[in-house]
Amino acid sequence: MKEEMKRKKKEPLIRTVKRTELSQGKAVVLRIAALFAALVAGGLFILAIGYHPLHVYKTMVSGAFRSKLAFQGTIKVLIPLLITSLGVTLAFKMKFWNIGAEGQLIMGAVFASYFALFQDTLPHWLLILLMLLAGMIGGGLMGLLPAYFKSKYNTNETLFTLMLNYIAFNVVVFLREGPWRDPASPGYAKIARFSKNAQLDKVFGIHAGWIFAIIILIFVAIYLYMTKRGYEIAVVGESQATARYAGMNVKKIVLRTMFLSGGICGIAGMIEASGSAMTLTSGIAGGVGFTAIIVAWLGALNPLSIFIVASLFSIMEKGSSVVESTYGLSGACADVLQGIILFFVLGCEFFVRYRFVVRKERGARA
Amino acid sequence: MADNRKEDFAIECVGITKRFGSVLANDHINLQVRKGEVLALLGENGSGKTTLMNMLSGIYHPDEGSIFVKGEEVIIKSPTDAAELGIGMIHQHFKLVDVFTAMDNIVLGTEEGYEKPKVLKEKIQRICEKFGLDVDAEKKVYNMSVSEKQTVEILKVLYRGADVLILDEPTAVLTPQETEKLFQILRNMKEQGNAIIIITHKLNEVLEISDRVTILRKGQSIDTVMTKGCDAGKLTELMVGRPISLEIERPEVECRNPILSCKNLTIRKPDGTIGVNGLDFEIKTGEILGIAGVAGSGQKELCEGIAGLLKPECGEIIYEGGNIVGKTPEEIINMGISMSFVPEDRLGMGLVASMGMVENMLLKSYKKGKGPFLTRKPARSLAERLVEKLGIVTPSVDTPVRLMSGGNVQKVLLGREIESEPKVLITAYPVRGLDINSSYVIYDLLNEQKKKGVAVIYAGEDLDVLLELSDRILVLCHGEITGIVDAKETTKEEIGLMMTGESKKEA
Repeated sequence: MKEEMKRKKKEPLIRTVKRTELSQGKAVVLRIAALFAALVAGGLFILAIGYHPLHVYKTMVSGAFRSKLAFQGTIKVLIPLLITSLGVTLAFKMKFWNIGAEGQLIMGAVFASYFALFQDTLPHWLLILLMLLAGMIGGGLMGLLPAYFKSKYNTNETLFTLMLNYIAFNVVVFLREGPWRDPASPGYAKIARFSKNAQLDKVFGIHAGWIFAIIILIFVAIYLYMTKRGYEIAVVGESQATARYAGMNVKKIVLRTMFLSGGICGIAGMIEASGSAMTLTSGIAGGVGFTAIIVAWLGALNPLSIFIVASLFSIMEKGSSVVESTYGLSGACADVLQGIILFFVLGCEFFVRYRFVVRKERGARA
Repeated sequence: MADNRKEDFAIECVGITKRFGSVLANDHINLQVRKGEVLALLGENGSGKTTLMNMLSGIYHPDEGSIFVKGEEVIIKSPTDAAELGIGMIHQHFKLVDVFTAMDNIVLGTEEGYEKPKVLKEKIQRICEKFGLDVDAEKKVYNMSVSEKQTVEILKVLYRGADVLILDEPTAVLTPQETEKLFQILRNMKEQGNAIIIITHKLNEVLEISDRVTILRKGQSIDTVMTKGCDAGKLTELMVGRPISLEIERPEVECRNPILSCKNLTIRKPDGTIGVNGLDFEIKTGEILGIAGVAGSGQKELCEGIAGLLKPECGEIIYEGGNIVGKTPEEIINMGISMSFVPEDRLGMGLVASMGMVENMLLKSYKKGKGPFLTRKPARSLAERLVEKLGIVTPSVDTPVRLMSGGNVQKVLLGREIESEPKVLITAYPVRGLDINSSYVIYDLLNEQKKKGVAVIYAGEDLDVLLELSDRILVLCHGEITGIVDAKETTKEEIGLMMTGESKKEA
């Protein structure tokens, strides 16, 4: 009896056990179940604050699609998110923890804005091209900097890229308060609106950024899976020792990839400034660079999955803003709702890999 | 009656089962250790030895089965539980704090850490005397040799009052002389009534030290036999499941020409300490040059130096008449020098774990095609050819190599290197962790290359294998050559002495 007591006390009630590799189909079912559970939990939250969950969800979905304008709004959210996610994916594939997409996006916008503000007499197409190039270089340099220090002095790229975000942000503040301040605006300091010449054209009612997004999506997919450079990224990400052993120049690959990663984020910045905001503001990135990290990982660094995840995120984002205005909910409530959904979706990845075993009563023993 | 039977055993495992995903690591294993005996746990890699011991030391939890310690059923939830039950495990990789003294490491984590050093020292001294251990309590761990560190590890568990000791491959890092010393300590402990479980795959050591042997094969306990009256052949048969020959061929090759020589080669490790110091040697075509030495004596630096991964501080590496020092790894690969280093984790270098065979075949040749795009086709046919030629077992050539068994992974690695038709093949620890059959496949592959006229450098751990396979053996000790001897005329003891630097010899 005493022995039995001791045993009961000692064996843990629940322990985690690694699963047999789940089949693709089962994993998808599990993820859908997680999404469903998230909606239920979110529904409880909505109920608790005194609204009907189904109505709110309906508003959310219809908010993203109900009209042409709403749909265009959703796409507008999607464009920078998708491009930035693809940008960080290149770095993450290499296991370079680039969390500076926000800063790279801002710097891309800053570089592009220079041409938009001061060279806007150039022919339209040349100007747009120059802005695109400038955006890419701005973001690229912002990505190159931490890569250079990492390869030279082995600095920590996570901290480095994170800190650069604040620098980029305050560069915009500096420009707004000082050299680039719009003299025509007497009250608040702000940067002048871009002239028509420096704005992205609209195609099917949405600024042309969506075309760039599609091109970048295809480019990144091909780059990662079909080129030698993409192969190099994958090898470096897996093991630098192996890469060196195969005769790869690891430093060069890291520098090149980070320039490209930052550059793509920079393009997103140019598109936001020229297509969406029509000017440079300190809120130009608005957290996209951070959301992109989540999107890239949820999409398992696969461009196609990233496209799907980014779309869902955009629908959620646009939908909850409509919910906010329709029900007079505060923005915080919508954020809580998003948080709940994310929690379940991310949490389910644990169950894809592990399962729980509850303590059994073992009566008979051998 | 039944209870009395259990009292005899220090540890008894009944029907222990452990699964990792779909892998059945332990399948209803039964094991008993008596007080005052040494039990050897023998089995090939992947037979479940370490998993079983990890359950005894509280690192894993069994899915099924019961563990009895001194006749009482117990649940071991954590290493602390294990320590309380008197079970101490000495891992293959030491878990010591380098900057602490031996004493600090020994008392670390015990309640007595705050007592006066003098009292502690006396206590340690008493344990040392009891078991015939020899340790300087004030010495810092970073100043210690491997064998000294191991002694500290043993003291650590004895200090915690362990009377059941589990040693996981304790001799892998020791010279023959140090091994003998360790065995003497184990015999002393046995006489004091301790139970000892020793995990190993070296047959002669099993025969020397153990009283009984429990043999595991594919997660099952096959048999337990008395060591007396057993021989290596019988144990191998039990371990592998059928009789096999343990002879390694050493074909004679006529007409050998020098192909690569090192002159006064000095290479520093990346942390600035000396890796190898002033090496002078040459290797000829059609010969296998074995490299012996305690782990970390400069084998890695030598291999990486020749492959261009580490830049020599001074000295020359003459290959086909030209100095290759300063060339990039890529250039050296293209000149026909191939290096495959199998590190302890077996995948770290040379293969990309998450990629399939096809993409791993590309690793050294992907640059050859024109244009920016990868061409996978030749790599695919190469992968398929290797699967057939070497009998590699894999669901498909696209299955990530990390999901393949160790033997197959190493066949992939060596197979790729050989397919690139090198003139110098450097291979370090290619049989690390392999089962006996796979090891012999690898030896055959190396011999085949030797017959083709390739110069093979083989860094190995097992001296018996080195003696049988190599033509000449180069012995390293602290990065210096302490001897280059003819493998046919030397003995294990002689090499052992050279490994510790106690004697030097040039052939």
